[in-house]
Amino acid sequence: MITRKDIEKLADLARIHLDDSEKDTLASEIDAILGYVVQLQKASQNAPEKSDFLRNVFRDDMSPHETGIFTEQLLVASPDRAGQYFKVKKILNQD
Amino acid sequence: MIDLSTLTIKKAHEALKKGDFTVWDLAESYLKNIETKNKDINAYLEVFADVMEQAEAVQRRFADGTAALLTGIPFAIKDNILIEGRRAGAASKILADYVASYDATVISKLRKEGVVFLGRVNMDEFAMGGSTENSAYGVTKNPHDLERVAGGSSGGSAAAVAMDGALVSLGSDTGGSIRQPASLCGVVGLKTTYGRVSRHGVMAMGSSLDQIGPIGKTVEDTEIVFNAILGKDRYDSTSQDAPAFSKHSGTFKVGVPFSFMNQGGIDKSVLDNFNETLEKLKAKGIEVIDTPMPNLEYSLSVYYVLMPAEVSSNMARFDGVKYGSLVKAKDLLEDYTLTRGQLLGKEVRRRIILGTYVLSAGYYDAYYHKANQVRALIADDFRKAFEKVDIVLTPTSPTPAFKIGEKSADPISMYLADIFTVTANLVGVPALSVPSGIALKEGKKLPLGIQLTAPHFREDMLFEFGKIVEDLKSTS
Repeated sequence: MITRKDIEKLADLARIHLDDSEKDTLASEIDAILGYVVQLQKASQNAPEKSDFLRNVFRDDMSPHETGIFTEQLLVASPDRAGQYFKVKKILNQD
Repeated sequence: MIDLSTLTIKKAHEALKKGDFTVWDLAESYLKNIETKNKDINAYLEVFADVMEQAEAVQRRFADGTAALLTGIPFAIKDNILIEGRRAGAASKILADYVASYDATVISKLRKEGVVFLGRVNMDEFAMGGSTENSAYGVTKNPHDLERVAGGSSGGSAAAVAMDGALVSLGSDTGGSIRQPASLCGVVGLKTTYGRVSRHGVMAMGSSLDQIGPIGKTVEDTEIVFNAILGKDRYDSTSQDAPAFSKHSGTFKVGVPFSFMNQGGIDKSVLDNFNETLEKLKAKGIEVIDTPMPNLEYSLSVYYVLMPAEVSSNMARFDGVKYGSLVKAKDLLEDYTLTRGQLLGKEVRRRIILGTYVLSAGYYDAYYHKANQVRALIADDFRKAFEKVDIVLTPTSPTPAFKIGEKSADPISMYLADIFTVTANLVGVPALSVPSGIALKEGKKLPLGIQLTAPHFREDMLFEFGKIVEDLKSTS
């Protein structure tokens, strides 16, 4: 059973502000979805613990592009900037 | 006046080569059609102001002999695919002011062909939905019945082609988002093999599921576009070239998971049309084999755990700092929470919260891990099926186009619309939706579609068999 408190915790983790009314709706909707997907418990009983069906593809961390060549192109899309930086509010407060 | 309703890429190309009409004439015909029809249908979010300049610029390729098959062909592009210097918003308020910083790889490839970009088309916000009702810019209506949805999430891409507002379009498909709207609008839609087409420059939703693909009026049109956009790309590490395979020969063997089809929830008109299609195929000498795929019934459950999990990670990048809009608040944390709370829509918020839940400590094993285990079982079902058959057939959508608002209050009933399509995304195989007939509902003729699924990298078999299905329709 998903409670309103659970939804508040998840919303905090996901950095999403929710109105009070939406918290209750979401609690019941997510409960219903989790109720639907519960069949996975049964379906997975005969499944191998691990499979090689999916794998990650990595590249070597080398040959970076020249520093700064895309900076202006990317910064121009930001809502707030200061020179060559993204501008954000202070993270640590004094009090 | 050019007859757009019967126009195909090859016909247009021949006419442009012969000089029957110019790229300019062709683009103008589509623009006129968009002007008349888009106010009712709402397929386009923006028609580009420079369409005629684009047409002018590529016309010379017909004079100097450098014209390719796609030169001058008018395209509609889904709003989550980046075209440098143009707005791209994924139909979300959080990207209301975003201008793309670079071209998606598929766009650079089309640019080289010399296509004309008519505009960007509507979608469910960040491709999350099956009806285009989740767009921040209003629903896209079905050209066959304005009271009904065009499907989604690539509803604008499908409706644009169906209303002759573009010859072809690009969409993206995470759980059926190309095939389902194509089916509901009576056009052809291809979900490509995972990795066959670069996703560089498409806004990510579920990274182990997403694929870009074409929508067109004919199988051949989607084939031509597919051939222009495929290929390994250094900017998408999941992309790859197809391994060598020998061309399919002889008659097709078709598998149908009948037990999965007869579990209820499928509209009678859809089942009847599907069975009729099977009979016609049999009459052509095609063998139809009952192919049990026992784990298909778990596909939706797997999908609705894995997809939100991937969504919650991918959507973390929208924080009001790097791009898009920002709601200014008292501190950085509140900047994040208000920007995301106010500018992301309800369905997007719901999926992020659900994804955060299934990935959280204590639940990861119960949901995410189990979903991955069952995903491998479903993949195994397909592997076994393709040992016996060439193509797996199901309907594309369990119902014809539904009424606007009919499912929007109940997320689960909306999710059920994906029942036949999510499997291809979970397994990574290619799938094609081809029109297969019509259903009469309240006096309206609503298109139905049939879905063909082939082994990894075997789009060639989809095209070959898709043309057979297309011919059934025209001879009936």
